[in-house]
Amino acid sequence: MTPREQRIFGFAVFAAFVVFVFVLPQFISDFRARDYAYVGIYLIALLGLNILTGYTGQISLGHGAFMAIGGYTTAILMAGNEQFGGPVPSGMQDIWTLPIAGLVAGLFGLAFGLPALRLSGLYLALATFAVAVAMPSTVKRFEEYTGGGEGIQLFGLPELTGSNAVAPADPNAPATFELLGLTFTQNDWMYYLAWSIALGAFAGAWLILRGRTGRAFRAVRDSETAAVSSGVSLARYKTLAFGISAAYAGVAGGLFAIASAFVNPDTFPVALSIFLLVGIVVGGLGGLSGLVVGAIFVAFLPLWAQGQDLGSLLPDSVIQGDTVSIPILGDFLFKGTSAPGGPAIVYGIVLILLMFVLPNGVGGLFRRIGQVITNRRYSRSK
Amino acid sequence: MIAAAFTDFMQQVVSGLASGGIYALLALALVIIHRSTGVINFAQGEMATLSAYIAWALIVHHSWSYWPAFAATLVISFFGGIGIHTAIIRPVESGSVLRIVIVTIGLLVAINGFVVWQWSGEPQQLQSPFGTEVYDVGGVVVAAHDIGTITVALGIVLLLGALFRFTKVGLALRAAAVNPEEARLVGVRVSWMLGLGWGLAALLGGVAGMLTAPTVGLDPNMMAAVLIYSFAAAVLGGIDSPIGAVVGGLLIGVLLNMLSFLSQYGMFDWFTEELRLPMALLIILAVLLIRPQGILGRPEVKRV
Repeated sequence: MTPREQRIFGFAVFAAFVVFVFVLPQFISDFRARDYAYVGIYLIALLGLNILTGYTGQISLGHGAFMAIGGYTTAILMAGNEQFGGPVPSGMQDIWTLPIAGLVAGLFGLAFGLPALRLSGLYLALATFAVAVAMPSTVKRFEEYTGGGEGIQLFGLPELTGSNAVAPADPNAPATFELLGLTFTQNDWMYYLAWSIALGAFAGAWLILRGRTGRAFRAVRDSETAAVSSGVSLARYKTLAFGISAAYAGVAGGLFAIASAFVNPDTFPVALSIFLLVGIVVGGLGGLSGLVVGAIFVAFLPLWAQGQDLGSLLPDSVIQGDTVSIPILGDFLFKGTSAPGGPAIVYGIVLILLMFVLPNGVGGLFRRIGQVITNRRYSRSK
Repeated sequence: MIAAAFTDFMQQVVSGLASGGIYALLALALVIIHRSTGVINFAQGEMATLSAYIAWALIVHHSWSYWPAFAATLVISFFGGIGIHTAIIRPVESGSVLRIVIVTIGLLVAINGFVVWQWSGEPQQLQSPFGTEVYDVGGVVVAAHDIGTITVALGIVLLLGALFRFTKVGLALRAAAVNPEEARLVGVRVSWMLGLGWGLAALLGGVAGMLTAPTVGLDPNMMAAVLIYSFAAAVLGGIDSPIGAVVGGLLIGVLLNMLSFLSQYGMFDWFTEELRLPMALLIILAVLLIRPQGILGRPEVKRV
């Protein structure tokens, strides 16, 4: 394919995906819509992390902490922290807090990007890991702003869109509310909100990465020495990548807070940071489309490892109420994997095996298949 | 008043040295792996926890007495470390940094899960090899366990130093780490040496785990915070220097306790117990920024 054809093909796939995303809630239950909303939220965070790690080559094991900054910004702006003795009054509508969440997290990202300039490879992994580990106790220390270990409750606040939903006449149907002349259930609203922002974030990431900035990022990743000698400012582009990446994570964190209607230090555990890094590796570093798979992996693998039925991955109409149960690693271990700790064993082993089998992630697999097809085309035309 | 403050001060120093001894042991394990394979092992803390649980299970479930269980645990840890290197680390060693990080994190998650799965998340008690005696030295309380921990940390660093400097295996270990290609040419089994490095680190981690458990309680997550302090210790001392790891560990232990001490007396009153972990993070960042090679390490020279 010529580059032009490739681009048109890419747009067509993206358009088809947008249509798919917007009609999907028609085919899945209201309850599942919320699961898929989380996929959209993770996608935003993964897009940001991939700009930093996949494109600029800077490992971050601490992106959960940037999500926490965004989540807390959103929660504090909505609920205020006057009840803990802090200065912020309540009263901002949830969606308007998201740009601020992104901005605040982005500023923290820029600030962290400066010291991170001097770290590379494993050292950066180590420092960012320490950030993720230190985050919960920092949140607890500044109790008057964050509510400490108790966290901030958002459920039922008027600032939460859809909290005024009324139950319909049918007792089995979910409560609905009106917005902009449309009727939403709370879960559908969350789904559309998360995915609208995720698709916008996707397009934004594509725009950032296709031009001069993206080229500079990749140059830094491939060889810092070569990048500098071609006139790319390492300091500028590395901190910029940190800032953009953290801003994405901040928006994702804000959405996460809205979707959970609650934040506390455990909302953003170290495991979240790990999941995100795993998500971009599964999705394929340095590619955007594979990240959708990465986000599904992040959202569902922990559930799947808990021995949940595969049904939660599939639309209801496919399985029609029957649960398809998948035994994990067989039941040869007498305790089974549903015993406490079992899911973590499965998750850890899956991670290690993935690194053995798919070193470039699912995105890399897609690319390789694509290469095979295009190679054949070229060799035929010769 | 001054005398009381001084006793208090000495108390904090002593207990800081005791927890520093633990950080030093785990930091030593990190340093050995980093020196021999260039990997930072995020699973080091969980490996130590697993060792401590093995010792506990031998003692409680199989009613072994302490020292045979201690020795058996060290042997199991040593071969376990070699096994982990052969089965899990070697295939990705030459790959990208990211793969190594994720594999060691996968290991962390899996081992943590295994401990919970096998022995439940309930906290348990593991006895100390040094007994429970407590000495009173001029008002300062010193536990036999603390003295033992510090002595073991110092003893191990001397042993390791001797191993690296005076034995053929130590020479081969260093050769394999510094220049694998040429070491192979002169007949060093490089992959065995790397495996041996992991075995030694697992063994040290085992010691650290068995000495940590009596003070903080045996718990699947007992090493999570210790790992971060040990990272800080290793970075502070110089990530490739065994002596640096011990010095760094003791320094971190004392430094954090000093902050608690000073905050009690009105200085640094913003400091609370919750800030211990964030302080470790700050130390890591500050050292990496100001003196990346640490106190006793050698600066890394990169050939372009």
